[in-house]
Amino acid sequence: MTTAVEPGRAARRAPTQRLPVPALALAGVAVMFFALPFVGLVWRAPWSRAWDVLTTDSVRTAFGLSIRCSLWATALSIVFGVPVAWLLARVEFPGRGVVRALCTLSMVLPPVVGGVALFFSFGRRGLFGQYLDRWFGVTLPFSTKGVVLAQTFVAMPFLILTMEAALRQLDRRFEEAARTLGGSRWYVFRRVTLPAVRPALVAGSVLAWARALGEFGATITFAGNFPGTTQTMPLATYLALESNPEEALILSLVLVAVSFAVLVGLRDRWLGGVTASGAR
Amino acid sequence: MTLDAAVEVQLGSLHLDVELAVGTGEIVALFGPNGAGKSTVLRCLAGLLPIDRGRITIDDLVVDDPTEGVLLLPEQRPIGVVFQEYLLFANLTALENVAFGLRARGTAKREARQHAGEWLERVGLSDHAGHKPSALSGGQAQRVALARALATDPRLLLLDEPLAALDAGSRGEMRRELRRHLAGFDGMRVLVTHDPIDAYALADRMIVLESGTVVQSGTLADVTAHPRSPYVADLVGINLLAGRLAGHVLTTLTGAAIVTASDQPDGDAFAAIRPQAISLHLEHPEGSPRNTWECTVSDVDRLADRVRVTLVGPVPLVAEITPAALAALELRPGDPVWAAVKASEVTSYPT
Repeated sequence: MTTAVEPGRAARRAPTQRLPVPALALAGVAVMFFALPFVGLVWRAPWSRAWDVLTTDSVRTAFGLSIRCSLWATALSIVFGVPVAWLLARVEFPGRGVVRALCTLSMVLPPVVGGVALFFSFGRRGLFGQYLDRWFGVTLPFSTKGVVLAQTFVAMPFLILTMEAALRQLDRRFEEAARTLGGSRWYVFRRVTLPAVRPALVAGSVLAWARALGEFGATITFAGNFPGTTQTMPLATYLALESNPEEALILSLVLVAVSFAVLVGLRDRWLGGVTASGAR
Repeated sequence: MTLDAAVEVQLGSLHLDVELAVGTGEIVALFGPNGAGKSTVLRCLAGLLPIDRGRITIDDLVVDDPTEGVLLLPEQRPIGVVFQEYLLFANLTALENVAFGLRARGTAKREARQHAGEWLERVGLSDHAGHKPSALSGGQAQRVALARALATDPRLLLLDEPLAALDAGSRGEMRRELRRHLAGFDGMRVLVTHDPIDAYALADRMIVLESGTVVQSGTLADVTAHPRSPYVADLVGINLLAGRLAGHVLTTLTGAAIVTASDQPDGDAFAAIRPQAISLHLEHPEGSPRNTWECTVSDVDRLADRVRVTLVGPVPLVAEITPAALAALELRPGDPVWAAVKASEVTSYPT
């Protein structure tokens, strides 16, 4: 599927397109605007001490916690997000627009607001949280579970939107062909639909994971900032800025590197769109 | 042991109301222009679209009956479908595509693959078992699609324009091949096509659809010889003459020679002549036409603004002329007449 992109890209490049000079200048300024902060980070980073900082216990704990929680959040996003995307893409029901807005609201909401909302609903005294506590003894806020919940809350929309677009673009005739061959709905979903939208599933999962990894506002509001249980990399970075700026720099660079790698890795899939499974 | 279907469905502005019956071993062509509802009928038979009213039974199995509240899903029907663009699964090999239906019905993997391999062999594609659909030619993809549809041993085989996606060069060969494979299948077959040549070469009977209703049905010879409306005449009323082609001359079974301008390999072929391309003369025509035959008028049918003249002679023909021309010629059944056709108006197709 990636190879199919090549000829198109070559053809697009062939006639040299010249932007008017003012537009070129403005674009240049914008690119600099995005690049300079990272230049600053790289410039100021205490490279000689980088290894020492990265191997301190607190950083390693925060890093491990971040990885664990973000992977959990990604898994939950897939398990619940794919059915939601399916529902939004395939089932016509009244209020679908409202449901879609609801399920993707946390993308545009300030994460802190999301954290506050989570706190008042799933907190120990929250509308639903009190029953979780009373009936099941489950306490979400200020726990690692709370971190996963907060991260899932902000990350799942990325998966939902990516998957919904892919499911919409999918040529449904292939699923129909599979049905006429005797495939049940579930069998067809597994053997035909899922393979066809796999690039989107990968892209959506990676985006959701990157968003979960970088989550700050909802986490600190809902789960607090306890080293070892809820203090993830972004939280540790924020805290270090006060006490140990060098550490903050190093931690920031790690997060930048991860995010940048994800975006570059996704470039083809993201720009090429999700190609429906080929004809024939 | 038949397919019996009364299909009534409202789809957008198209109101479909079609009845059809297909016997075991029979091939029926659903024929008509784009938008006539042919594919929609097929979708209803396959269970991809529930009918609003009517009843569909396959071998006494009721698969769709809204009044009784019966609706079998596609996967519950004893059917196989060859789709217009074949719709092979791009992520599976040819073998896995053919095995798909068996696997979906719970056959063990090894057994399914073995059975699929046998089917690929039958359609002559054993060498391509491991190829993905993207590595197959149009004709090969069609054969894989056919093997995939037949591998589950359906009672009813539905073919939606099985030759439309092929380029002109390979159509003749694929048509011949398809006819051979269809002959080896003893169930019921419904073929959707808009090409009279396909219908003629593959089907026993044809049902002509126009805007969702049946405008004529019957054997091919019957429909082509006696179209009941100008519309059907345009659609199917083409003279198709079977024979053996050598160079540019097709010799019919009765020994008549037809000169054609189209280049086709020697062998069994059809010559197709549009009725409008045939001119009628009272005397032997002078000049350029390469094909002239002395015939006898057997029938004169008036269809709205035109006249169809059925001729018997060295080659059976239907000519279409204007009422003015009829008045000038004063033709009546039993009159002798000369029919002339330019070689450039005769198209030949390999059978």
